[in-house]
Amino acid sequence: MSTHTEFTQTEVPEPGANDVYATSVADEQASEGAHVFNAAGGDWNDLVDEATSLGEERIVVNMGPQHPSTHGVLRLILEIDGETVTEARAGIGYLHTGIEKNMEYRTWVQGVTFCTRMDYLTPMFQEAAYCLAIEKLLGITDQIPERASVIRVLMMEMTRISSHLICLGTGGMEMGATTVMTVSFRERERLLRVIEMVTGLRMNNAYIRPGGVAQDLPPGCIDALREMIPEVRRGLGELEALLNENPILKGRTVDVGVLNLAGCMALGITGPVLRSTGLPHDLRKLDPYCGYETYDFEVKTRTSMDAYGRLRIRIDEMYESLKIIEQATDRLQADEGPVMVADKKIAWPAQLALGSDGLGNSLDHIREIMGTSMESLIHHFKLVTEGFRVPAGQAYVAIESPKGELGCHIVSDGGTRPYRAHFRDPSFNNLQAVAAMCEGSQIADVIVAVASIDPVMGGVDR
Amino acid sequence: MSDGEKKHDASSVNADTTKDQASGLTPGEVELARPGGPAEPEVVGVRHGMFGATQGADTTGYSGLVRPILVAGASERPYGGYFDEIADNLERGLVGGTASYAEAVDRVVVDRGEMTIHIRREHLLAVARALRDDASLRFEIVTGVSGVHYPNRTGEELHAVYHFLSITHGGRRVRIEVSCPDDDRHIPSIVSVYPANDWHERETWDMFGIEFDGHPALTRILMPDDWPGHPQRKDYPLGGIPVEYKGATIPPPDQRRSYN
Repeated sequence: MSTHTEFTQTEVPEPGANDVYATSVADEQASEGAHVFNAAGGDWNDLVDEATSLGEERIVVNMGPQHPSTHGVLRLILEIDGETVTEARAGIGYLHTGIEKNMEYRTWVQGVTFCTRMDYLTPMFQEAAYCLAIEKLLGITDQIPERASVIRVLMMEMTRISSHLICLGTGGMEMGATTVMTVSFRERERLLRVIEMVTGLRMNNAYIRPGGVAQDLPPGCIDALREMIPEVRRGLGELEALLNENPILKGRTVDVGVLNLAGCMALGITGPVLRSTGLPHDLRKLDPYCGYETYDFEVKTRTSMDAYGRLRIRIDEMYESLKIIEQATDRLQADEGPVMVADKKIAWPAQLALGSDGLGNSLDHIREIMGTSMESLIHHFKLVTEGFRVPAGQAYVAIESPKGELGCHIVSDGGTRPYRAHFRDPSFNNLQAVAAMCEGSQIADVIVAVASIDPVMGGVDR
Repeated sequence: MSDGEKKHDASSVNADTTKDQASGLTPGEVELARPGGPAEPEVVGVRHGMFGATQGADTTGYSGLVRPILVAGASERPYGGYFDEIADNLERGLVGGTASYAEAVDRVVVDRGEMTIHIRREHLLAVARALRDDASLRFEIVTGVSGVHYPNRTGEELHAVYHFLSITHGGRRVRIEVSCPDDDRHIPSIVSVYPANDWHERETWDMFGIEFDGHPALTRILMPDDWPGHPQRKDYPLGGIPVEYKGATIPPPDQRRSYN
């Protein structure tokens, strides 16, 4: 109390219109008279005694933004009564990096490296949505080579499995099951090894480009895929044996984080959370892109509407993704072909190749532009520095990311850079369901409910 | 739309396009401007020079080049596909409400296989309710709102773009576009109809400064509560600091030489 009076004596600037950093009056009014307990240092028993003496039952607790089970920097503001959560609100924005704004200052192709960093567990999906939207604006959707689309599907499905594995692994760890995490991450490594082999990177790949993909599969990739698929399938079996009928896991997840179909529709929820209500909504079936209509796979649903159902859906979806990967591998093995659109005014001029010092422009290309063709050099220079122009207009493309509908709305003013690029990240939308899922439940269930949404803050905050 | 002026004479543009390459239009724009094409194009600005470089003197010899920026204009019926059905059903769904179809709808643009319905802002809520509740429309999900800032379009600088998805009708999509002038940044909130739009509207307020009237708690969501300004607006600088490397300085991205 004494410190408080001291502060009022010192010169505090009057909160006025000129002070842009002044806290709002509403904030001060809301906190006036409220007792603030500070848990930093000191004896916790004193804190308990203080709370008991006040007789206050209503306690507001900040879970996060630096809490290991909040999937990054999510802040959950929980009003608790004992162990029961009476009100839950999510505070976000701690990882906002202005990616959309930055994209407005780079060329269309450079935008890929930005959007791939949004939801860092599903880089391929942002790239694909962004590139599909650009291609729609350019009007070259039909000219994308078949092989490029197959590679896109292959990469997206591998990313889907790796994302789901992270969801299960971290979800398991949050519930105290380290083995789930070790198994998941072990299997994820198998996928990442192949993704690294193809793109050169484990994440933030910038592999899918407007017009196709950055480069064709490297030699030996088909063999690596054929080797990887049964291993991952075996690993998934191990995960299933560990989780599916595990009484501890079921005790923690069954009937936890319940959200019914009406709730999902009202809150715009898509992805595994929506499918756990029994609605087989999957954009790969409803509105196919990249040739998904030609693959044989099922949309997995359950009707339990809870965290357990979502977990099982994710496991089932991984098997379906493996089926798609197998089919894509067969197609890639059977056919050769270009992986970039034929229009040289759009296609990236250089092909990458693995040199002794890592991945870089292929030596053939360097020889051509530096040694033999001035026109090639000019073409390369113009396309790389200035970039291509996209006719003015707007487009919206939505794809099924592991978390739900990932939408990309881009606006062009006819220039070489996006006039506006907006991503509708599924995690951003789905996090709105935290209140509906958690209020009235135990604090421990909040962790499980949030894990079942599988939010990634990089995507939420962008 | 960097240094463009609003509304060029559209007829002169069409005359230009007959000259094809001489007009400086890309093949896509020529296609857009072709008589009998998808729709009469609308000129939203002009572009000067060949490369759009704004720093220093233009030494390319193309500095006199002036090209219109064309976007698809209002479409005439039939719109094609399921778009006619959506328009018909919306017209019927609005009957008996606060506004008729003709009052609410400013224009319909069909471009690149997508339907955009431009709605006058005061009737947005009625349209949203019809889109959700009318069984023949039944757009269950709104996939958020995306703001766009066009500083040169006087009187409609700020746009809010909504995308709706109908699962009942097999994945139909429609885009609703609403605009408001910069000095009266108010658009009605549709959160009362689509609760899912809650955070999306907060994001658009945060990033563009559009006030969604009727929103239950329109507060900043991504930026800190006390942040001045709205970062995604075109008059808000990108920021950044120059980076020095081996004696040379690389300016921040928004101050680098660029081609647009």
